[in-house]
Amino acid sequence: MEVKILSEKFDIENAHLLEVAKKHGAYSTLDKLFAMEPAAVTEEVKKSGLRGRGGAGFPAGVKWGFLPKDTGKPTYLAVNSDESEPATFKDRYILVRDPHMLLEGIIICCWAIGCNDVYIYIRGEYTTQVKVLQQAIDEAYAAGYLGDKVAGQDFRVDVTVHRGAGAYVCGEETALLESIEGKKGQPRSKPPFPAVEGLYSSPTIINNVQTIASLPFILTNGHEAYTAYGTEKSPGTHLFGISGHVEKPGMYELPLGLPLMEVIDKVAGGVWKGRKLKGVIPGGSSTPVLTVEEAKTVTLDYESMAAHKTMFGSGGIVVLDETVDCVKLVENLINFYHHESCGQCTPCREGLGWMKKITKKLLAGQGTLADVDLLRELCDNIEMKTVCVLSAACTMPVRSYLDKFRHEFEAYAIDNVSADAKLQGN
Amino acid sequence: MSDRSELIITGKPFAFDAERDAEFERLVKRYPIRESMILPALWLTQEQEGWISAEAMAYIADRIGTYASKVYEAATFYTMFNLEPKGQYHICVCRTLSCWLREKQEIVDYLAKEIGIRPGEISEDGRFSLEEVECLGHCGTAPVVQLNGEFHEEMDVDKMKALLATLK
Ligand SMILES: Cc1cc2nc3c(=O)[nH]c(=O)nc-3n(C[C@H](O)[C@H](O)[C@H](O)COP(=O)(O)O)c2cc1C
Ligand code: SF4
Ligand code: FES
Repeated sequence: MEVKILSEKFDIENAHLLEVAKKHGAYSTLDKLFAMEPAAVTEEVKKSGLRGRGGAGFPAGVKWGFLPKDTGKPTYLAVNSDESEPATFKDRYILVRDPHMLLEGIIICCWAIGCNDVYIYIRGEYTTQVKVLQQAIDEAYAAGYLGDKVAGQDFRVDVTVHRGAGAYVCGEETALLESIEGKKGQPRSKPPFPAVEGLYSSPTIINNVQTIASLPFILTNGHEAYTAYGTEKSPGTHLFGISGHVEKPGMYELPLGLPLMEVIDKVAGGVWKGRKLKGVIPGGSSTPVLTVEEAKTVTLDYESMAAHKTMFGSGGIVVLDETVDCVKLVENLINFYHHESCGQCTPCREGLGWMKKITKKLLAGQGTLADVDLLRELCDNIEMKTVCVLSAACTMPVRSYLDKFRHEFEAYAIDNVSADAKLQGN
Repeated sequence: MSDRSELIITGKPFAFDAERDAEFERLVKRYPIRESMILPALWLTQEQEGWISAEAMAYIADRIGTYASKVYEAATFYTMFNLEPKGQYHICVCRTLSCWLREKQEIVDYLAKEIGIRPGEISEDGRFSLEEVECLGHCGTAPVVQLNGEFHEEMDVDKMKALLATLK
């Protein structure tokens, strides 16, 4: 089932070095690129159907089309390498194993949108990754692929790495821009959208690492080669991360549209330790959980996920076995999102804190059925009433556990048995 | 959000060393406004000293030509900036979803027993500090530990024991 489009060079030794990458085709698309009109490049990307791989799945070419013309201001590109959504671990493979694919993609995007200044925003924890990426950038400058004259053309591209410092919210596109501007990572109200008024109040495109890294393949081989993979509405391939209770967790490149259960069983080795499946989180911790029944019918594409009332998200699949306590899992999720709230909206800052307290109370064996209802009600009252969707990234999954595994929450409330006592078999 | 409002005043002046100074000057040309140097300058400081003092923040503000409050705002918001010295060996254990499912708690409990510190604490001799952190982007090789910034994947108690044994 696995394919090698983006991951073609991942297993080649030292493919992060320019010399090796070039031997395997890196930067070979630039001649073709500079012979094309920028608008034609955007058109090709539109036809490829490439959708943003950061989580929201917005068509890349369409987003580029939102840039206003002749504003007299520079256009910026911010590459989102924050990769902080729990269960998401794909972009770092690109950074470490094939950074030149990302840089070539950046050049392609810059040409299409008329941009000269690029910032790669990388999460602070990626210490080894930032070193490899910076080395690749230095090599690309020395070889003339970056700088004043890209590949000898009268076209400048400067790439600067900007390190975050431990804030998940900076993956949100406007918080990311604030962070580059030197401020704390608090998302901005939209509109204006970044394409119109983004970094330094100028038109800005923000794209995920994997989105940008998909461009060299599309341009080299044409959009038909890309749409040959995946489904009609979800074309192409994706770097899926499979974690949790499977025998072979890891990152796998697959075409979109495969049945989820087949991927879990055949690619990831099935549920570990011969245990039974309890549920699957399909696209990062913020996506609603699927029951076993739902997991059997869903396929790995945007449309099927939506039909199952969940989301494709970032392609981070988490497998849950029969031993998982959904109340404890929800506590782990709420702790994360509450900790990462930037604090500017009351429903998010206080509401997630409130949800945390209720869950703790349930787990201590001190909750009531009214608390379970209150938790559910809070989900509805917090969502969509905040500046960004971080709060919804918490309430959407929590609501799904409450609706699909309600009896587990009720059991804590009715029996008033604490998690500790449960562990000791009382 | 967590409370990170306390700054430590050392009573000693701070300045970049020659290497950091050069890096600062290289980077400042990359941004159209000088305030964009706040995060990079905080990183340079932390690389040099291991943590960031009140004096260092004042120095950065001065160097950039901005208000000290802006530097303070960023330094206290971003949790990776250390506002106090950490242990010689700073251990971060991921506590989020996938690592939690793959039993990260066993590692935290082992470290608490072996070194005698809980998450958030520094050992009395200053050798170790322990922190539980959020998802480190290595969920496919959970549970994950970072030791002084270096990743250690697919950890368990035995591997943690072996890793500690390599430390002097
Ligand atoms: C709280 C929050 C965190 C996010 N984290 C990331 C991230 O780590 N990486 C990423 O690419 N997108 C992240 N996103 C999505 C970005 O806001 C944005 O949609 C994306 O970078 C756009 O790129 P794309 O169109 O190529 O996907 C996050 C969004 C939110 C609301
Ligand atoms: S929803 Fe939460 S994270 Fe997003 S802007 Fe509001 S307080 Fe900040
Ligand atoms: S959950 Fe621990 S690295 Fe992602």
